[in-house]
Amino acid sequence: MEFFFEVLIGGLLAGVMYSLVAIGFVLIYKASGVFNFAQGAMVLFAALTFVSLVESGVPFWAAFALTLATMILLALAVERWVLRPLVNRSPITLFMATLGLAYIIEGGAQALWGAQVHGLELGIDDVPLEFGGLFVSQFDLFAAATAATLVLVLSLLFNKTRIGLSLRAVADDTLAAQAVGIRLRRIWTVVWAVAGLVALITGLLWGARLGVQFSLSLVVLKALPVLIIGGFSSVGGAIVGGLIVGASEKLAEIYIGPLIGGGIENWFPYVLATLFLLARPAGLFGERTIERV
Amino acid sequence: MSAQTILQVEEIEVVYDQVILAVHGVSLAVGQGEIVALLGANGAGKSSTLKAISGLVGAERGDVVGGRILYRGADVTRVSPDTLVRDGLVQVLEGRHCFAHLSVEENLLIGGFVNKPSRQQLKAELEKIYHYFPRLKERRKSLAGYTSGGEQQMVAIGRALMARPRLVLLDEPSMGLAPLIVEEIFEIVSRLNATEGVSFLLAEQNASIALQHAHRAFVLESGQVVASGAADELAARSDIHAHYLGAVA
Ligand SMILES: Nc1ncnc2c1ncn2[C@@H]1O[C@H](COP(=O)(O)OP(=O)(O)O)[C@@H](O)[C@H]1O
Ligand SMILES: [Mg+2]
Repeated sequence: MEFFFEVLIGGLLAGVMYSLVAIGFVLIYKASGVFNFAQGAMVLFAALTFVSLVESGVPFWAAFALTLATMILLALAVERWVLRPLVNRSPITLFMATLGLAYIIEGGAQALWGAQVHGLELGIDDVPLEFGGLFVSQFDLFAAATAATLVLVLSLLFNKTRIGLSLRAVADDTLAAQAVGIRLRRIWTVVWAVAGLVALITGLLWGARLGVQFSLSLVVLKALPVLIIGGFSSVGGAIVGGLIVGASEKLAEIYIGPLIGGGIENWFPYVLATLFLLARPAGLFGERTIERV
Repeated sequence: MSAQTILQVEEIEVVYDQVILAVHGVSLAVGQGEIVALLGANGAGKSSTLKAISGLVGAERGDVVGGRILYRGADVTRVSPDTLVRDGLVQVLEGRHCFAHLSVEENLLIGGFVNKPSRQQLKAELEKIYHYFPRLKERRKSLAGYTSGGEQQMVAIGRALMARPRLVLLDEPSMGLAPLIVEEIFEIVSRLNATEGVSFLLAEQNASIALQHAHRAFVLESGQVVASGAADELAARSDIHAHYLGAVA
């Protein structure tokens, strides 16, 4: 039984890392109805920029601030050269644009920082800690605490600040938001900048775990089942979805894996997501439209 | 007239998707402190005219391809909606368009952000809206999407008023509402007009209620003005109802 709980807790903590990736998608989806395929590239770009700065001798927090500034510049550029020209176009056009953007960002990252693999040290060792007989990874705990802090900051932003409320207004009804004088361009820039911050934190945590390399942009693939389960439009859903995926894939690997030869961790979330898709197409927390006239 | 004219629309043409001509050659004027009704059957071009004025046609792949719009003497044709809202010209959209997943109070607050008010100013503005719409104060914590149609219309109007407008473009406030609620809403519009001096250009299919509360009116058909005049004179002309205003009498 202790072993079961260790697997469960390990899975839940790993799930937090998936939630992080998913939150980046949810932010942009909510504000502009676009599935941002470039989120993974942004994770890679942020991590690579940060690591390269640290390796060239910039102190940790200065590197963090510089990378964040870069992500804000990226948000401005995306608004100016991608979103603005494509305003009023169909979601599929925008999606294709983010596909192209993903390649541009990855190409840019490679041109700027090269293609070699970098190690990333956050100063948190991946050693097990003991809690009442259960062993939990210290790094996983750190990652979960970081994610929780980020979510808290985001929810304060969305619920307590004017820019956050305006952002939710745009997500709810873009035309009405424009009718009360909200500037869409400004909102888009802010959302992409916040998604850039999320990408940076995701990139640091995942980079510390996997190394900073091009496969980092593939963490997107982990986010998809999370989004399908949690719904594309809910930050809470992304969190719960991540926990479900993390816990179930680890449990499945341990308890079902041996029966069918192992290696199921990679595809099990997709099976789970497909089942959810059949049962609840909007996801667990996807905002259903409020039907009332 | 120009001294007291707040809005002057001259021969505007509105086209959607570069081909659909929705408004051709509409001219109208709203005097400072006036309530002007824009009447016409469904599809006559009322909403397109209002959205051309507020700059929101652009958001619907529409464009003002001819004519011009003067607001307080300045040419504002194709000026962006946020600039106009800051200058006191606000539209209340047809179908209310509340932010459904936000509370009634959040809806109202968002309407006030455009002028960058201090917290106290925003609070004072909110209390003023609650004074005109006491029902909204009771429902302040409810999600707007779960309030009644009448309450949503009040949220939409209140939200626009939070920007301290001089001119409100009000699109079909009566749509889908019970007669008593419609009466209540028009009473409030008249009171806002009388006590706050807000001018209104209101589009309506329900001509009788609109003519009761408006000073003057324009009648649209197929994107053109086919009649205009003082509200009481138009109300007395039975041919207006028969010819242009469809079923609603
Ligand atoms: N977004 C749009 N795209 C294309 N055509 C539109 C759009 N909005 C309105 N129209 C067309 O413009 C004409 C006038 O519509 P509208 O201004 O909504 O009239 P009203 O408000 O009087 O009912 C109609 O023929 C309508 O089909
Ligand atoms: Mg209309």
